[in-house]
Amino acid sequence: MLKDITIGQFFPGDSAVHRLDPRVKIVLTVVFIVMLFCATGPLSYGLIFALLGAIIRISRISPKLVVRGLRPILFIIVFTAVLNLFYTPGEYLWQWGFLHISKEGIYTAVFMVIRLMLLIISTSMLTYTTSPIQLTDGLERLLRPLKRLHVPVHELSMMMSIALRFIPTLIEETEKIISAQKARGADLESGSLVQRAKAMIPILVPLFISAFRRADELATAMECRLYRGDVGRTRMKQLRLTRIDLIACVLVALLLAAVLVLRSYGL
Amino acid sequence: MSHIIKTDDLRYAYPAAEEGQLAIPVLKGVDLAIERGEFVAVLGHNGSGKSTLAGCFNAIRLPTGGVCYVDMMDTRDEKNTYEVRKTVSMVFQNPDNQLVATVVEEDVAFALENMGVPPAEIRRRVDDALKAVGMYEYRAQAPHRLSGGQKQRVAIAGVIAMMPRCVVLDEPTAMLDPQGRREVMAVVRELNRRFGITVILITHHMDEAVQADRVIVMHQGNVLMDGPPRTIFAQVDELRAASLTVPQTIEILDALDRQDGAALPIDALTVDECADILETYLR
Repeated sequence: MLKDITIGQFFPGDSAVHRLDPRVKIVLTVVFIVMLFCATGPLSYGLIFALLGAIIRISRISPKLVVRGLRPILFIIVFTAVLNLFYTPGEYLWQWGFLHISKEGIYTAVFMVIRLMLLIISTSMLTYTTSPIQLTDGLERLLRPLKRLHVPVHELSMMMSIALRFIPTLIEETEKIISAQKARGADLESGSLVQRAKAMIPILVPLFISAFRRADELATAMECRLYRGDVGRTRMKQLRLTRIDLIACVLVALLLAAVLVLRSYGL
Repeated sequence: MSHIIKTDDLRYAYPAAEEGQLAIPVLKGVDLAIERGEFVAVLGHNGSGKSTLAGCFNAIRLPTGGVCYVDMMDTRDEKNTYEVRKTVSMVFQNPDNQLVATVVEEDVAFALENMGVPPAEIRRRVDDALKAVGMYEYRAQAPHRLSGGQKQRVAIAGVIAMMPRCVVLDEPTAMLDPQGRREVMAVVRELNRRFGITVILITHHMDEAVQADRVIVMHQGNVLMDGPPRTIFAQVDELRAASLTVPQTIEILDALDRQDGAALPIDALTVDECADILETYLR
């Protein structure tokens, strides 16, 4: 069950998508999300879908994996779909008590589902193809102006990258603890919601203790490796904009323009 | 002058857990001098103070009594801390808790980035270090996909890239399988022989200590024995009194001496040496 969580994981590779500058990727992802919410008609969604498909294809990340990333939010998707389906007023096609399905409801539900799915897929493509260090590096540089307002940009990005680094380690550990507790007769699957929540305590407590211990050891190891915040720090990988970045920017800009034009026609 | 590490009546006590209790002394006056280029193994039973001693060499722990000099610098002086850690780097027991980055090569680069080395030089030193530990092909991998031995080699690569004068390894093989232990020990020997780095290996594996030039046995916060492995391991009774085992090669010779009064020399450190002695005996 825990293996399903793929958000925040990175799949190393050497594709054009992987080689894009992280700053460009972050900005373009934001633009992409804006575009998603600007799009109104099937043609716009078709275009966006085609671009996302192309990105996945170029990145050589298996589409199966990408779809699997949707599983954890399946509930939210279904929930939004149902809400939109039954509660959108308009021309009613079907009615029963306070429930009704309108033409507009179907339309909104379908688009909301597509929008949500594209949103998750596009953001997870960012983390799939960008190493967390590059990601935080990109964020750190994009947010650098905030440093003047005394926002601890470097520290925040370091925290984020360590969190991402330890996700797989902690997942592995959680699985071990679950097995260990099951071997001792812990019942995690049956009972009411409250009972099941209570059954999580013997898993969470050891996990927390171990996380604290790890934090202590990692902090010592970082000190030994001369970490002192961003004082006099250099980076091995310098961020440099290349042709691919330019191409990507132009491509997304053109698509955004297309979506905006289509929007005024309601397509 | 040539001592890379020198301690003078080094004492360390962990602060008491609660008020009113006494501090727990762990090191009780250690006098040691470690030469440049030595390969030293520090042996000791659990609680003998060997890991605490390692922490003192790197200014992670500051002595609560006595002095520890690293390359003539007093570790107690906060101004020296940075230079001390640049001179003596450390590899820890748990490979998972010392890798910071999500990609192997970025982890190896971490210390160099902190030191402010120019990017092109970082790249070169990272590549060289990864090749030295045989992990160059894995440079773009995520650390959690590697085996324990491989992770530990990455951690050692991170140290090689820093080019310190001394490396302290605190039980680097304790969490590894036999295969991983062999891999890591091969790299540790390389550190010393090929790069001329002073190696201090904290361990409780006798067969690892045998590979060092000098063995220091810690017992209850003091140095119990200090000398070349051959003379240390011949003192079977003293080692057992310090709750330590002896290498299997020595154990068998010692047992024969005791049972049959064979009067065999008990200084065989390798299996071959042991086999030779047994062969002559059986004839």
